[in-house]
Amino acid sequence: MSSVPGTEPAGRPEDIRAVPVRRPGRWVAAAIVLVLAVAIVRSVVTNPNFQWGVVGEYVFDERILEGLRVTIELTVIAMVIGIVLGVVLAVMRLSPNPLLASGSWLYIWFFRGTPVLVQLLFWYNVSALYPKIALGIPFGPAFVHPDANTLITPFTAAILGLGLNEGAYMAEIVRAGIISVPSGQEDAARSLGMTRLQTMARIVLPQAMRVIIPPTGNETISMLKTTSLVSVIAVADLLFAAEGIYSANFKTIPLLIVVSIWYIVCTSVLYIGQYYLERYYGRGSSREGQTPLAGRMLRGMLAFGRHRVHVGPGGGERR
Amino acid sequence: MSEPMVKAEAVYKRFARQEVLKGITLQVLPGEVMCLLGPSGSGKSTFLRCINHLEKIDAGRLSVDGELVGYRQVGATLHELREREVARKRSEIGMVFQQFNLFPNMTALENVTCAPILVRKLSREQAGSRARELLGRVGLPDKLDSYPAQLSGGQQQRVAIARALAMEPKLMLFDEPTSALDPELVGDVLQAMKRLAGEGMTMIVVTHETGFAREVADCVVFMDAGIVVEAGGPSEVLEHPREQRTREFLSKVL
Repeated sequence: MSSVPGTEPAGRPEDIRAVPVRRPGRWVAAAIVLVLAVAIVRSVVTNPNFQWGVVGEYVFDERILEGLRVTIELTVIAMVIGIVLGVVLAVMRLSPNPLLASGSWLYIWFFRGTPVLVQLLFWYNVSALYPKIALGIPFGPAFVHPDANTLITPFTAAILGLGLNEGAYMAEIVRAGIISVPSGQEDAARSLGMTRLQTMARIVLPQAMRVIIPPTGNETISMLKTTSLVSVIAVADLLFAAEGIYSANFKTIPLLIVVSIWYIVCTSVLYIGQYYLERYYGRGSSREGQTPLAGRMLRGMLAFGRHRVHVGPGGGERR
Repeated sequence: MSEPMVKAEAVYKRFARQEVLKGITLQVLPGEVMCLLGPSGSGKSTFLRCINHLEKIDAGRLSVDGELVGYRQVGATLHELREREVARKRSEIGMVFQQFNLFPNMTALENVTCAPILVRKLSREQAGSRARELLGRVGLPDKLDSYPAQLSGGQQQRVAIARALAMEPKLMLFDEPTSALDPELVGDVLQAMKRLAGEGMTMIVVTHETGFAREVADCVVFMDAGIVVEAGGPSEVLEHPREQRTREFLSKVL
């Protein structure tokens, strides 16, 4: 029987109160995870071989902190070089000039095709290849020719190796960002009288940032840890400092824990930075306002056991 | 008689092997409104994009305000203009797109002030007060700080019109400005365009809105397959078309 409008007084029916579906599997899985977590924490705390006392002793050791400073310095400088180089290479690859485009392609091909550790060793030994470095007119007279050994210290070798390698990866990330911006944006900018360069710098790149930032955060975190490779070319980074200490006192495990703690502290700081960068470049991308970081993380953690989850990496299911 | 604002003589344009414009000849006088009608793929939008050199023409002559588009003529030879010169000429021609193409990361106000600050080197204050006035004129005085995603299609298109007007153009190009809009939002945009026409702006409008063409246009051009089939006053072309092709098209659109 179809209802006829007007036969019933219009009113909002009560909210549905149904018995929720039981999910025993979920509770069992949660119990297993919980037991495992407790077991791991217990063993970490009670196993005397971790030597937590020694860890506490060395966390703020001067040599460790000096190594940490070098690690951070390397990360920052290498990423700055990588990002600037990446933008230049990406714009070159998208250039209508075939020489620029293929030059960029070759660079990316070479630096992505060889291990960064090999590249680091290459730069470290570059003086064997070019004992003298001359600055001057190409194929013409040189004005200065410093000795390669004095110019390429282990630190500069590390910067060159990490930065130039990173440039190749960043180039592909930036290129992905640029081509993700619809061509209508460029049309609009050009029709307003902006030059190609203004269009790229003011219209395309800021929009490309939304796509560029997450993988760049990934790259930065990866770089922070990749810098530990420089200990092989005798740069006194965080790992190198710890190695120096435990080769003398044989407290290997606690010092590796100290190193791990500092790496994890640094990556956590990067997480926060990335969140705010994403929020800045995500302006205008949604109709609603944005939730603060703490609120979002909390929502993600509490997602378990709820029926509907919109955000968060937590274990909740969709719908 | 005054010098035409836009003058096209036998303009040809092809993409790859496909000839899109096959000898377009027409002119628009200052203060005139011309409506371009025709089926999709007839070359209307391409012709519009040629006028501000977003596309290069392959043959013929195209000039705006007495100057060739994209070239300088010295004797019998043409010299390509530098990018900066092309950009300067584009800045004097406003363009409104079917898909609005607002900058999504900027508020309505920033969309309108962006080019005047960057290209015309206006101060933030000058550009801002002018933008507020323009956004008021298109009926959006309370949407200054909204991002495009927070605006309806009709509102976005009116911001786009304000953005183009902020450069104080001498010519406005509209590329199907209402085709992407819900029917109920079309009216506000057409209203803003009518007002602009009433203020004496020279306009070329690619549209399917024959009502708008009838009311506002000084000249209606019907294009098909890259040629001008018929051109004349709105009553001639829309009420008493001479060509069979025009009649067929109008019977489908109306």
